[in-house]
Amino acid sequence: MGLTSVVKDPEALTMTVTSEWDVDAERAWQLWADPRQLERWWGPPAYPATVVSHDLVPGGRVNYLMTGPEGDQPKGLWEVLEVQAPRRLVVSDAFADDDWNDSGIAAPMLMTVDIADRDGGGVVMTMTTTFASAEALEQMVAMGMEEGLTEAMAQIESVLASQPA
Amino acid sequence: MGSGLTYNLMVVDQISDAEVDRLFFALADATRRDIVRRTLTDEFSVSALARQYPMSITAVQKHVAVLEEAGLVTRRKEGREQRVSGRLEGIEKARSLLDAYEEIWRGRIDRMGALLDEDPA
Repeated sequence: MGLTSVVKDPEALTMTVTSEWDVDAERAWQLWADPRQLERWWGPPAYPATVVSHDLVPGGRVNYLMTGPEGDQPKGLWEVLEVQAPRRLVVSDAFADDDWNDSGIAAPMLMTVDIADRDGGGVVMTMTTTFASAEALEQMVAMGMEEGLTEAMAQIESVLASQPA
Repeated sequence: MGSGLTYNLMVVDQISDAEVDRLFFALADATRRDIVRRTLTDEFSVSALARQYPMSITAVQKHVAVLEEAGLVTRRKEGREQRVSGRLEGIEKARSLLDAYEEIWRGRIDRMGALLDEDPA
């Protein structure tokens, strides 16, 4: 159970994450279709996600915000492009402004989720993300970096305290 | 998303303890982290950076010097201006960024697993 492969193509700016789970497709689908479940895994512990609205139909939207340790709340927006429960989901994921519009900080990324039955039971869930440009990828990572760093910083606080520069 | 440390450790390929110390020290300050974030995507002059923070140009220059020492940014002179940019270039940059993005997803998959373990049906 869990991650089985990560394939990255720096020229095409895509990443494909493959995972396998000992649950049926309907259960795996709930990770995406149930907003309370989605918010439990989407954001890291230091930046928990809150799904504010969740309309998982073609043309629908999912609005979410993440809350940082300093109270900052970056917002995100999915535009739902394709839904075939419990098999396939395609959304574009963008940074949102305070009115839940695409903030234009970076071009949205395209995310495709496919859930297939595995021989002998369980499912293979594949997530493919395509970035519109290197800049869009940079923005995404810069955001993640800030979030990751906050976490890392908390962990190494004691190291820093014992080794003043 | 847990990506930060990995990303920054990738910036320097072979790292000594002293370099790790410099890196952690450089990133232990919120202003310096913000400068790294901004200069990843755009080149900034020191004076443009100084306008972003409630501090003097001299103070910002000191922050930039700490970041440069840690290998996180580079400085170049253009006329009277000093321009600051993130250190990675081109396809290598895309590769490192995708590595950092991978860490985001590794964290997500771990959390999915915990959720499915807890509530498998």
